[in-house]
Amino acid sequence: MSEKAAHLPTALRENPCISTWLQFLDHRVRICTGKVELGQGISTAIAMIASEELDLAMDQIEIQTGRTDRGPNEFITAGSMSIEGSGAAVGHVCADARLILLNMAAAHFDVSMATLVVSNGVITNPLGNEQISYWQLLDGTQIEQNADGSGNRKPSAGYKIIGHSTTRTDLEAKLTGKPAFIQDLAFEKLLHGRIIRAPGAHDRIISADLTGAEKLPGMIKVVRNGNFIGVLASDEYTAIQGKALIERDLKWSPGHDQILPGDVPGFLKENVTVSLLVEDGTPSEKPIPPFMVATDGEQISANYTKPYHLHGSIGPSAAVARFHAGHLTVYSHSQGPYVLRAALAIALGMDSQAITVIHKENAGCYGHNGADDAAMDAALLALACPDRFISLKWQRVDEHLWEPFSPAMAVSLSASLENGRIKYWNADIYSQSHMGRPVPMRNASNLLAAWQIIPPIPRAQARPGMAAHGGIHRNADPYYTFTGKRITKNLVSDQRVRTSSTRALGAFANTFAIESFMDELAIKAAQDPVQFRIRHLTDARAINVITQTANQLATYPFPDQESMVFGRGIAFARYKNSKCYASVGIILGVHIETFTIKLLQGFITADAGQIIDRDGLSNQLEGGMIQAASWTLKEAVRFSEHHSSSTNWDSYPILNFEEVPEITTTLINQPGSPSLGAGEATQGPTPAAISNAVFDATGVRLRDLPFLPEALRRAALHD
Amino acid sequence: MTYTLTLNGQTRNVDAGGDTPILYILRDQLRTLSPRYGCGAEQCGACRILVDGELTYSCTTTLIDVADRHVTTVEGMAPDNSQHALQKAFLSLNAAQCGYCLSGIMISAFSLLQKNNAPSREEIQAALVGHLCRCGAHNRIISAIKLAAAMLRSETGPSS
Repeated sequence: MSEKAAHLPTALRENPCISTWLQFLDHRVRICTGKVELGQGISTAIAMIASEELDLAMDQIEIQTGRTDRGPNEFITAGSMSIEGSGAAVGHVCADARLILLNMAAAHFDVSMATLVVSNGVITNPLGNEQISYWQLLDGTQIEQNADGSGNRKPSAGYKIIGHSTTRTDLEAKLTGKPAFIQDLAFEKLLHGRIIRAPGAHDRIISADLTGAEKLPGMIKVVRNGNFIGVLASDEYTAIQGKALIERDLKWSPGHDQILPGDVPGFLKENVTVSLLVEDGTPSEKPIPPFMVATDGEQISANYTKPYHLHGSIGPSAAVARFHAGHLTVYSHSQGPYVLRAALAIALGMDSQAITVIHKENAGCYGHNGADDAAMDAALLALACPDRFISLKWQRVDEHLWEPFSPAMAVSLSASLENGRIKYWNADIYSQSHMGRPVPMRNASNLLAAWQIIPPIPRAQARPGMAAHGGIHRNADPYYTFTGKRITKNLVSDQRVRTSSTRALGAFANTFAIESFMDELAIKAAQDPVQFRIRHLTDARAINVITQTANQLATYPFPDQESMVFGRGIAFARYKNSKCYASVGIILGVHIETFTIKLLQGFITADAGQIIDRDGLSNQLEGGMIQAASWTLKEAVRFSEHHSSSTNWDSYPILNFEEVPEITTTLINQPGSPSLGAGEATQGPTPAAISNAVFDATGVRLRDLPFLPEALRRAALHD
Repeated sequence: MTYTLTLNGQTRNVDAGGDTPILYILRDQLRTLSPRYGCGAEQCGACRILVDGELTYSCTTTLIDVADRHVTTVEGMAPDNSQHALQKAFLSLNAAQCGYCLSGIMISAFSLLQKNNAPSREEIQAALVGHLCRCGAHNRIISAIKLAAAMLRSETGPSS
């Protein structure tokens, strides 16, 4: 392998053949990415990169997202890695393809390559009197060579598309009622499926009366396999009615005596399975050193908590499947088509070569939701009713009850202040797993239905992630310089409440805790919180994003309103300590009688390296801030004795249109430097900025999410 | 049983049970895909349509309720083969992330703009309070509705 090839992005080294990524079709080019569209606009950003490197118009590019029968395997679309990974891979593969095509054209015209001009895939000779296109050069063939990095990417100074804004490629269909989502797939003689389950993942069905559903006109089949029940009907409403009839008389027994004790932080701290030391963002099994305390400093401690959250996609999970001639085809909005295929193969006892998984978009996805489980559900129904396409949809209550939750977390921090600086930092972080994805495992499964069929496949035991900034410990290590840090992650492997990945994983709670505590320490040290942060930073890019937001906050005038008190707050994080730098500022008011928090204005300053899609980047940062504000102000899964009682949007409210602040976003471009993942960058700073602003307004410090009016009233009474 | 309704200006006959929510009739039988299922309980607004000009949740409104009435969806906001100002404005501002919630939002905005041709931010927020967006595209959506209002005002010229 050449030195250049060795430095290519991992995804390209693992899938080196150019034709895996690029296919030249009739005056168009199809780009195959292994990543998937989650509503984040990745298709548009990748099309922009290809358009730039191959000198093609945006409308000459078609993006094919992840599917197991075509294109590269890029594992899972998660962790803000798609631009850095797939984006870079597509950039390099296009640069190599361009070099190959220009060499062919130079030979064709018998001129030197440097004299050729390319526009919209058409190459013009130096005299300007002859042209040949990419498609003519290839004459129906594809580029079967391996990418080796010999085609240099264009210099950033000349970018015409990258770094600018464009119209999203996927929006027109979505805005005009054309087929766009997995729910819109149409097939001849499509059957409609629904699933019936007891509310908890490990509840057992004692009795189920299927006869009423079976007698409905239009009902094709009622499938029962252990604790898994599905209905298949020729029309959707019959399937819905069948589900309702079976649920009405369903008798079940709980899988656990009690789903959760009332005191969740206490439960987490008392049920630790394994404790690991985290150094430089990475866990290890080294002995955990004693608590670090400065001999002549002041020791300050605080505890922060977050509850369980839902992903709460607006479109419940769905899948389409067909089992035909021994082959299972599944359309799914899973984040990892190849991973899902392997997990399905194990759970269904099939050869993975007999399964094709094709990604098809659903409503916005913010982590491991019900997508993979719905794919398994659809596969089971398809196997029970061969040769027919099955459209399986979860209903709202299904999604709320069955999707894996974002785990509750407790973060205990303690620091020594000495001479106005933080000397030692101690952090103990408690959480269930953020990694419940259905990655293929021998004799185990993380697919919901796999635990319910006969014979059941055992559930995988939660294990601690050991990668840098993996799950619980993502952003646990502050980006600040202290004399000493002692950080532990403490995994609670109890999975009575099923948990998995949600946007930013542990970084949401960890950054909430760190950045709230930084303000608390600054105030103890009688220093300005912005200057206090800067004193502990060495990275100029970090200081820059903080300073810009601080200046905007300082000059924003509070409104004149007697019923409210106003405050401003700031917080910062560099996502995973290696990706996008982001600071978030908040101006808010607290109503003096109702204790309601009203967000008035948000500020974001972000440095994500070389910007690809300027508008898409702002959209992700602002959307992340609003979503995190919703988590902060409103969201918590509530539990009854045996399961969640947050079964709809009334019992799990999220931020609405009247509660959303205006946001001003400042992007700092770094032309020519690597692009840094940004899709989760504002998630962590937002709750801390809000907490700091509430303190600024009221003098009350909130450390337990969500910040409901009752919580603020209680805290105000205690202060 | 066969029911008749007017969908986006066209008479359509539907053979289905009268208690079927119109959402499934529109999507599955009439292949009108813009209304989308989100909650089935009038809590998210993704399925909203107009029935005789009134904002209606298609997930809870039955076929018999809309029989012999006029149903308008996003597909019918503008004449055939053209885009309504709302669609143009949402496209030009990329006023979306996933876009799943937008059909219902555009229908509410369409209804708002018929009554108020220059709504303020607060008026748009109030009109959309029954709609949920999980991606956090709210501010872009509000901006797009303001832009659409401006486009419509300039199309119709100053009011007399």
